[in-house]
This record gives sequence, structure tokens and C-alpha cells, in this order.
Amino acid sequence: MATCTDAEPAGVTQAGAAGAGGDRQPAVLVRGLTKRYGEIEAVRGIDFEVAAGETFGFLGPNGAGKSTTIKILCTLAQPTSGIARVAGHDVRRERDAVRRNIGLVFQDTTLDNYLTAEQNLRFHAELYAVPKAAVGPRMRQVLDMVGLWDRRGSLVSTYSGGMQRRLEIARGLLHAPRVLFLDEPTVGLDPQTRSSIWEYINELKRREDITIFLTTHYMDEAEHCDRIAIIDHGKIQAIDTPEALKASVGKDRVQISTADDQAAIAELGEKFGIEAAIHESMVTFSVEAGEQFVPRLFAELGIAIRSVSVSRPSLDDVFMSYTGRTIRDTEASAADAMRMMRQRFRGRR
Amino acid sequence: MAVPTKQAAAPSAGPVLTETIRVAVPGRGIRQDLRAIGIVWRRELIRFGRDRLRAVTSLIQPVLFLFVLGTGLSALAGRGMPAGVNLRTFLYPGVLAMSVLFTALFSAGSIVWDREFGFLREMLVAPVSRGAIVLGKCLGGTTVATLQGIVILLLAGLAGVPYSPVLIFTLIGELLLLGFTLTAFGVMVAARITQFQAFMALTQMLVMPLFFLSGALYPLNGLPAWLTVLTRIDPLTYIVDPMRSAVFSHLNITPAALRFMSPGVTWAGWTVPIGLSLGIVAVMGTAMAAIAIAEFRKTE
Repeated sequence: MATCTDAEPAGVTQAGAAGAGGDRQPAVLVRGLTKRYGEIEAVRGIDFEVAAGETFGFLGPNGAGKSTTIKILCTLAQPTSGIARVAGHDVRRERDAVRRNIGLVFQDTTLDNYLTAEQNLRFHAELYAVPKAAVGPRMRQVLDMVGLWDRRGSLVSTYSGGMQRRLEIARGLLHAPRVLFLDEPTVGLDPQTRSSIWEYINELKRREDITIFLTTHYMDEAEHCDRIAIIDHGKIQAIDTPEALKASVGKDRVQISTADDQAAIAELGEKFGIEAAIHESMVTFSVEAGEQFVPRLFAELGIAIRSVSVSRPSLDDVFMSYTGRTIRDTEASAADAMRMMRQRFRGRR
Repeated sequence: MAVPTKQAAAPSAGPVLTETIRVAVPGRGIRQDLRAIGIVWRRELIRFGRDRLRAVTSLIQPVLFLFVLGTGLSALAGRGMPAGVNLRTFLYPGVLAMSVLFTALFSAGSIVWDREFGFLREMLVAPVSRGAIVLGKCLGGTTVATLQGIVILLLAGLAGVPYSPVLIFTLIGELLLLGFTLTAFGVMVAARITQFQAFMALTQMLVMPLFFLSGALYPLNGLPAWLTVLTRIDPLTYIVDPMRSAVFSHLNITPAALRFMSPGVTWAGWTVPIGLSLGIVAVMGTAMAAIAIAEFRKTE
């Protein structure tokens, strides 16, 4: 399955990230950033850049320093040391300039349920001093973008969770920010609503000249990003395109079903030096460049092969490997997988 | 730029805007802060207008005091009252203050509510000064509290208070002052409280003592020493007295009756002038608003 979007080849964004994206300054620039809460060092000297126009995913387990970093970038927390510039402004010294240039969509809703959608947007427009003449057309534009123009007169309390999130995205865009921060934009939504939110975000990328900085717990959503940074223990563990990150994890997972599975396992060990095991009632093993390996397998394995599947490492695998938590073992039993999932859920609480 | 197919397929209610509306948000200045104050104030009015139930329920207590307590007790107190003066008339200024008290504190309490439900964050991350937000909130609370007081003001005739324009405007002015001070007090308290129930419990605990010690229900002269001291400490005293003085100066009663019913606040025998009373309330309101602003500057 091709995961990299055709419109945004990995190379282009990497070039942009490296600072070769023209004369535009990076949307976010972080150098040697640290944040200390008393004894605890939540962020331990991180550096990264987000190019203008990029969709940047910021991933990490809870307590990894992810929220702290976002708070600093949004001027909600002061860094202990280091530099953070957003839209060209220093978060420490030019707080209001940063605030004018960023849109925020938080994990928890920040709408007034007792106002209509339109009133919520008007409130925002006034607080951000959007020029009066622009308020009407701009409001229409952002509400159209998230498909809520027809419902603008309804009280927000009558909105579903997905609609509220869409309204928050529209509101975050109202003052035409240069960087939009989406903190877990789809958390707590059902899968269908999640994917519709992503349709709107992708639409927004097409329509607006904007940089998106997002966090998510859903690895399938991280695929939408041009680049991903994985933070853990207060440090950036990896930063690259989803493709490159997956490639860096290395081995593909191959599953075959054969006429004699036990013999196949023995054969794989002898001929190729590969450790294989039965998993999901298939002979399963990991190997580099799985697609190139399969023809060799057919030629050299003396046992009839009935079916083959090769799968690339997922971002889940990437995340697991970089956060130093359990690397998802391709040989893991179903019970192990369940336990791992439970751990991950617990970690999220 | 590619044509977004989804958009083309969607039945649009009007012309689809293809060009991004350019919005250049200006830097911070007085005009920006005024707009922020204005919208925070307006939100308070919108929410008050939508919450009819609250408007009605917060009328119940003042009306009970004025008509049930006032009428019931006048049978008992009647003998001591000067000719032509009704107990309801005496209670009226205190009841006015009471109606403002509840509404102003409730309005300020919505900050705690906003914090619990996240909306406060929307305000605090905006590129405006915290002062503008606190001020907008205080003015919003002042306005809705005064509107609530005006409902009681409409009932003046039933309490034997004349509908004199001068009196009405004086009372409205005093209600505005009281409303501002109480909202500022509420906002100051709300800055440190994170749970709405806690805020309500705290204000409930304060409201009754404030009301009972304010001279709303009895004249402030001839009290035992301990009660005299407590009434002089209660800030509400300094607004109830000017309101009562305004009401009684518009009644057609003898000077002796006036002195008896509205003796004014005394400090060790010295009568505090109305202007000073109002000044005390104004200074307190301003000071508490300033503290509230400082508190909100500290958060996050």
C-alpha cells in the first residue's frame, strides 16, 4: 500500500525542512529548548524546524514532553532555556505576535455551548481584532470549508462531537493564522468522524497557505503528515517523513502458508538462517527487503508455497521502536498484542 | 491549484469562495482592547438573554423579602412606624441591592464555569490583554445585574416608592456602581477557584451575612456595639444607605420620620456623607477589579 501522498513526494518536504524551501523562514524553529518544572526536566534540549506549508506530526507517549513543547510554542508556557520561534516571532518576547499568527484547536473543546456557531466565531473575530469588513466573508469561507455554514445559527450544544471539532478548526482558522496547532484533533471521535475530520484537514491544506502542527495518538493519522517527529524522555528520538521512518525500522514481515509448515520453518533456518514461527497459523518471519526475498524463497525453498504476504513496518512499529517501549515483535502472540494494547491505553490515561 | 472535487459536488448554499480571504490581524492597541471588552460584555448579555429561567429564579428571593416578609412583618412593626411609611418602603432599597447581589455574583461565577468547560482558554490565549477580558466581564456582570435590579425598580409602586425620574436615575446609577463592585469581587474570587460548585458554595456563604449586616432590614442606629461595628464593616452598608436616603428623600414625610427611617451611617457619631459612602464602594470595586486583572495575568 502506497502511503506517501502523490502530491507531496518525500524529497520535496525534506528539502523544505532542510531550509532549502526558498526565501521563506521556517514556520516553527526550535533550538536547544528546555523546560524544567522544579526537579523534573520535561523537555531536555530539543531542536527542530517545521517548514512553511508543511504538515508536521508531533508524536510521543504521554509525559514525553510533547504537551510541554506545544504549550511553549503556543505561548502558554515559558521555556526554561533555548529559542522557540513561531511564524518568525519569539515565543518569549513577542507573545502577542505569536498569538496573532497561530490558530489553536485543543484536545478539550473550548467552545461556548450556549452561543450559536456564528456567535462563537464572532467572539473569536472580535478578540483577534479581525478587520470588520473581513469578518463576514471570512466566516463564510471557514464555515463552508468544514461544511457548517448551514448550521451556523444553531446552538453549539446541539452539535455532535465531530461537528464541534470541525467548528473549532474553522474558528482556529478565522483570523488566518500562519500556523495551525491541532492537539489530538480526533481524540474521542468515532472512526467515521475521525476520517471525515481528516478530509476537512486535507481540504484545508489545499485551500489555505498554512502550516499544520499536530499531535495524535493514532498512528494511521500520522500518515497524513509530511514529516513526523517522535519525542520521548524530553528528547527528539527521530524526525523524518513517514516513509523514511518506516524504512529505518528495516525489516518487512513475511507470512507464507506451505504444504508442510514445520518443515518450512526448519528449512528457513537451515538455508537462509532465518528464524520463523507459526503466527496467525502462517509461517511468519522478518526479513530485509521482503519483496526481493520472495522470488528467492520460491526458487530455493523445497516445499510448496500456497500463499505469500509481505507487509511493511507500520508507523506503530516505528513508534514502538523509537520510544524504547516494546518493539512490536512480529512473532508476538495474540495475547501479547492484547497486553501491549492495554498498556498503551493505560499509558494514555 | 487543483479544483477540490468534494467541494464541487457538495450542494453549496451560495457562491463558493475560491479565493482565500486575506486577513491581516492588526497589532495590539486600544482599539483592539476595546473590541475585546465589547465582545466579552456582549456575550454576557447574550447569555443572560438566553437564560430566562435564571432571570426569573433570581427574582424570587427579592420578591419574597419585599412582599411576603415586608407585608407580614408590617402588622408587627406597624405600631412603631411613622405615619404614612410602609415597612415595604423601608425594605425596598435593601431588596434592590439583593437582586443585584445574586445576579452579579452569578455572572462573575460564569468565569469558573468557563474554566471548567474550556471556554476561558479561548479568551486567555487570544492576543489581547487580560485586563480587557476582566473588564469586559465586570461590565457585563454590571449590566445584567442592573437589568435585574431594574425589574425590581419597576415594582417600586407596590412598595410605596414614587416613580420619580430623578429617583429612578439615582437608583439606577447606584445599582450600576453596586453591580460593578460585586462583579469585580466575584471575578477576583473566581480567578482562584476551579470548581463551579465551590464558587457557589463560597458566595452563598457570603451573601447572607453581607445582606443581614448591611442595614437592609433594620435602621443602623441604636444597635448594640458589636452589631454596630459589624454593620460598618459590611461594604453593602455603604450602598444600601445612599439608596435608602434617595428613596426617603422622595417621600412626603416629616423630617422627624425621615431621621428615624434613614438616619445614615455613622462612624462614632459622625454621619458619613452619601458621596463618601459611594466613594468607598467605587474604590473597593476598582481595587478588586485591579486585583482580578493581576490574578488573571498570573494564570497560565
